[in-house]
Amino acid sequence: MLQRLTIAERQLALAISIAIILAGLLMAAAGSGDPMGPHGAIVMFAGAIVFLAVLRVIQDPEPLENRAENYYDDPTRVGLLISLGWAVIGMGMGVWVAAQLAWPDLRFDAAWSSFGRIRPVHTSGVIFGFGGNALIATSFHVMQRTSRARLAGHVAPWFVLLGFNLFCVIAASGYLMGVTQSKEYAEPEWYADLWLVVVWVIYFVLYIRTLARRNEPHIYVANWYYLAFILVVAVLHIVNNLAVPASFAGAKSYSAFAGVQDAMTQWWYGHNAVAFFLTAGFLGMLYYFLPKRAERPIYSYRLSILSFWGITFFYIWAGSHHLHYTALPQWVQTLGMTFSVMLLVPSWASAGNALMTLNGAWHKVRDDATLRFMMVAAVFYGLSTFEGSFMAVRAVNSLSHYTDWTVGHVHAGAMGWVALITFGSIYAVVPTLWQRETMYSWKLVEWHFWLALAGTVIYVFAMWNSGITQGLMWRTYTESGTLTYSFTDTLVAMHPYYVARAAGGALFLAGAILAAINVYLTIRNVPQKRTEGDYPTPSEATEPAVPVAE
Amino acid sequence: MDITHDLTSVIAKSFGLFYLLTLSIGIAAYAFWPSLGKRFERAANSILDDEDGPCR
Repeated sequence: MLQRLTIAERQLALAISIAIILAGLLMAAAGSGDPMGPHGAIVMFAGAIVFLAVLRVIQDPEPLENRAENYYDDPTRVGLLISLGWAVIGMGMGVWVAAQLAWPDLRFDAAWSSFGRIRPVHTSGVIFGFGGNALIATSFHVMQRTSRARLAGHVAPWFVLLGFNLFCVIAASGYLMGVTQSKEYAEPEWYADLWLVVVWVIYFVLYIRTLARRNEPHIYVANWYYLAFILVVAVLHIVNNLAVPASFAGAKSYSAFAGVQDAMTQWWYGHNAVAFFLTAGFLGMLYYFLPKRAERPIYSYRLSILSFWGITFFYIWAGSHHLHYTALPQWVQTLGMTFSVMLLVPSWASAGNALMTLNGAWHKVRDDATLRFMMVAAVFYGLSTFEGSFMAVRAVNSLSHYTDWTVGHVHAGAMGWVALITFGSIYAVVPTLWQRETMYSWKLVEWHFWLALAGTVIYVFAMWNSGITQGLMWRTYTESGTLTYSFTDTLVAMHPYYVARAAGGALFLAGAILAAINVYLTIRNVPQKRTEGDYPTPSEATEPAVPVAE
Repeated sequence: MDITHDLTSVIAKSFGLFYLLTLSIGIAAYAFWPSLGKRFERAANSILDDEDGPCR
């Protein structure tokens, strides 16, 4: 795989890996006695793996491939496999966290395994590990196809992919050691944040440079979503993580913000992480893979443009709905609520556009579980955006806030929409990328589909019930004006739903494991697809571009 | 100069209002501009068969 890099590119990769090893050494030396020390060791280890991998092929001859003729898919393939690995880890941690809530003994009394430490491993594992890698990998795939241009650079995509995963590993290992900024979805400390800025800027430059080489006059709408994802996540990440390290030899830092400004900045970030990480990027996936799998162009391209600008401009304002009934000024809360309600229009325009595309292809939805994944994802996207707009209304929020209803809402989006569109896209793209006829087993895809759907429905219904029960118990008063139920009473009432939630999550995890097995067996066991006559032949192949018989 | 609530709300109600109005009209005009129809249709169809390599 690395033989496809030129000698100069291998040397560049080697130089970067040496720089990373040295940075890790510096961190390990300066941060000994602090969690920064082990992180330095991890950085050194990561740099050493890349160094050895490149060193193995440094003497190999230059590649023969004609780069003008092919897309560069190696980073996409690796990214998808890493994404599936994170899916199993992140969802596995989710099941454990859920089980701890139902059966607290499953904490096993260690510090690293406490709820507060393994919960962010779950959230970061699924959002950044599973979702982020899938976004990076599919964006490489989609930007090349829709631009009809090869990736602009061969080291940059590897830097982005592997660098992002180094960030994920630093984040997850830090949580287990107790390193956190206490900002939800932005827990990693300052050095991890700085590293992510470097990776992300290179990602943005790579995307723009590839678009600049495009052979299509118009930039297809999926790219707009991916670009919005990259650009806005960079802005959010930089602003929310502004902090002053307590010392350059330790992990601890202090945020540049305090009090309600800190809360507002955090939820401006937090909600837009949902908007631009978990929505915009995955809409890019939807707008590319759903029409392609259905073999029908998107129902209304004009509508897709309108909803793109609606989503990007409304979402930015919606974050303050996380802070209803707090010290935040009332008018800021109302602003967030209003924009959240308005968001329903472009969100449903996107969901409707996806479903209308399937008109005339419903028989394919029935027969093809891959397309069904995408269809159900669009339905859950519609459902959870409606629910989100509804929950942002201050009066509804007074019941739902701080309860499990919020958890249910997030998972309707994360499992029903984000994970299902990702799995659908993976099943659609794996045979293409590895040039296989089909997936290894369509029955396994069917099993995965029903496990995932059942798991999501069980999870979401359990949390709806639990959340509303909890919310109502918290606001029930006796005739004398005191609370009717103690906190422990609500915990007892929630217990059956917590068991159901763990069961739903376990079904979903089982589906993800099947996906990983199915992809592995596809790569191992399914025979290569025969190249058709009008496809250009890669120059490594010995056969002529046009079969002799023609 | 202090950034007060009054100042930000004046900016929001003057500049902000017309900026967003112009933007939404501009986007709607772009999305529905008749002569762009062919270009959009081509883009929507272009993804259905794009595995044949970078330059065609």
